[in-house]
Amino acid sequence: MAAPRTSLRLVAAIWSTRGIHGRGGAATPEGSQKKGKTLLQFLSDRFYDVEFLREYFLQRQMLKVHQKNRSFTHMVEQYGPYIVGACFILDQGGMVKFQNNDWIGPKERGRFALEFSKFQEVSVEAVDASGCAINYEGLDNLLLLRNLQSLSLQHCPHVDDWCLSRLYPLASSLQELSLAGCPHISERGLACLHHLPNLRKLDISDLPAVSNPGLTQILMEEMLPNCEILGASWAQGLNVEPEEQPQDKASPVHV
Amino acid sequence: MLRRVLRLASGRALVARALSTRRGGSTPGEDRDGKVSEIKKKIQSILPGEPWNPLYDTSHLPPERSDVVIVGGGVLGLSVAYWLKKLENRRGAIQVLVVERDHTYSQASTALSIGGIRQQFSLPENIQLSLFSANFLRNINEYLAVVDAPPLDLQFNPLGYLLLASEKGAATMESNVKVQRQEGAKVCLMSPEQLQNKFPWINTKGVALASYGMENEGWFDPWCLLQGLRRKVQSMGVLFCQGEVTRFISSSSHMKTTSGKEVTLKRIYEVHVKMDHSMEYQPVECALVINAAGAWSGQVAELAGIGKGPPGTLQGTRLPVEPRKRYVYLWHCPQGPGLEAPLVTDMSGAYFRREGLGNNYLGGLSPIEEEEPNPGNLEVDYDFFQDKVWPPLAQRVPAFETLKVRSAWAGYYDYNTFDQNGVVGPHPLVVNMYFAAGFSGHGLQQAPGVGRAVAEMVLEGHFQTIDLSPFLFSRFYLGEKIQEHIII
Repeated sequence: MAAPRTSLRLVAAIWSTRGIHGRGGAATPEGSQKKGKTLLQFLSDRFYDVEFLREYFLQRQMLKVHQKNRSFTHMVEQYGPYIVGACFILDQGGMVKFQNNDWIGPKERGRFALEFSKFQEVSVEAVDASGCAINYEGLDNLLLLRNLQSLSLQHCPHVDDWCLSRLYPLASSLQELSLAGCPHISERGLACLHHLPNLRKLDISDLPAVSNPGLTQILMEEMLPNCEILGASWAQGLNVEPEEQPQDKASPVHV
Repeated sequence: MLRRVLRLASGRALVARALSTRRGGSTPGEDRDGKVSEIKKKIQSILPGEPWNPLYDTSHLPPERSDVVIVGGGVLGLSVAYWLKKLENRRGAIQVLVVERDHTYSQASTALSIGGIRQQFSLPENIQLSLFSANFLRNINEYLAVVDAPPLDLQFNPLGYLLLASEKGAATMESNVKVQRQEGAKVCLMSPEQLQNKFPWINTKGVALASYGMENEGWFDPWCLLQGLRRKVQSMGVLFCQGEVTRFISSSSHMKTTSGKEVTLKRIYEVHVKMDHSMEYQPVECALVINAAGAWSGQVAELAGIGKGPPGTLQGTRLPVEPRKRYVYLWHCPQGPGLEAPLVTDMSGAYFRREGLGNNYLGGLSPIEEEEPNPGNLEVDYDFFQDKVWPPLAQRVPAFETLKVRSAWAGYYDYNTFDQNGVVGPHPLVVNMYFAAGFSGHGLQQAPGVGRAVAEMVLEGHFQTIDLSPFLFSRFYLGEKIQEHIII
């Protein structure tokens, strides 16, 4: 169950996946190596100062992500786990839905309105963290929301296999999970989802790091028999004759 | 290496061209080409910025002096090199040279390992080392980031280890899990019924208790870690040399202890590095030597004179690390355990894990002392699989009764015959030799932590992050065993 989002956040998400100085090399396939280096790369090879500056900017970028994912667990005694978790998600730019209430999301310029007194004891039902820079350390804060039922981590650039291995505390309540479009998730992380027996809907479409989407879909369906898995169809990756078209069971096939 | 391949390819092309034009009579054109390129090379070597080799090419030799010489270029040696350069207080303060005998790593334990990482140990220090290493591997693209290089993909499978215990071992397992939880490992205990529910393909007969690692446990690609470390360490200025250490030249000083006993302290000041397939060697002056030679650390220690003395004394205590051969078999089982299978270790010691998505599995068994295979070569004994590995696995997982062995390989454990735990830190008598070896099958998963510990010992003089004082060499002389009970 995804919440309605503004187009502004989508643009921000795309910009954040491509690092400066060509750091986002994870998405480039092997055959497309550029002939001839850029000016920055040429200067880096010749001058130590330029190389040092580029390393410095790289470290600064990584620090920014860490800063966003700092731990808020010290505030739990004062505000309760649900408020702290919700504040973390809203701070990152996501949206939260408390039980029996509407979706709360950020207004302009990233500010959000949260009535602390009203929501102290109300558990968070659904979280839409699409496009947020949440990573392994940030999951500390997300896992405070014990009764979470629906989690959407679509297009999160820093969510990887390690993060998926950390989702097991939500096993008793989590029913919907969406991982579409995360560039670092592979079938090895998806295998840890067997800790979540109550999962009913799982979206694993458009995962570029999964080596064999059709086969992964079949193996995931075997692993989680009660779950409806959206994503690749079993025929994806097969060499099909032009006359015979495979029967697509799932919604849009991403090729 | 790419340049070498290109040179070879262009060399072959030149020969082909020469052969094809030989039919038309030899033209003076080829000779001129060869002479021109030689003249070009001579001019290039005179210009500034290139090494000056007036007599002969010395580019394959190590430098004449280096502050630290690391013997062994596997994951432990490279980890020590990385942390030494990372923790130095000024850029370029320490010159490090890594000497590796075999640049193809054909017999190195790192490359032949199945790459597992677990926190389920019985010693707190081992658990801490493993947790530190899991942290390192998780953030590997921050630690080993090189500008303009693609990020590393370790292919980590976070599926955990499942250790099974019978009635006899259940109490030990519970106390071990308690220690693991105290150190911060996330391990859960399961009863046979829970085990059957979670993994229906297991036969729980004889199992009284199982411990399952939930986080930070699994397996990864050790070759990727090795190449990542190599790349980063080269970018930090560490020099590599392909050669074998054949001799240590040391100076000794006779001193008296406070109780009046005579002690001879030795200091290595020169390392002789011999090149491959030749008698040529280069003496490298050094301040420190780090012994990270893995299965051959015992031989390297003997070169430094460790263990040459009357038995029972400190001079006569040798480094008890020797190579032990272990087999790993790869088989295909069409109805085997699915995607969720962790690395399962049976009570008998047999273990297996899933490999890839095609119903292939890797596994093996550590033989008992009396049946240790001869470590002279890396030949695989398939009868060992038939007699010793397959029966317990087939009993534990009934689907494995029909399987087909696809291939197998053998590798060395750098086995510490004293207590199966690593040796870290300086030698009491040869004062500038530091050890980082003897990890008996769990060296790869502890390499980042051990590297940091040795670097801290070298730079600060004491352990800072993780206290590995129980792992010092002196325990062999004092007879204090720190036995690790969970060895796979």
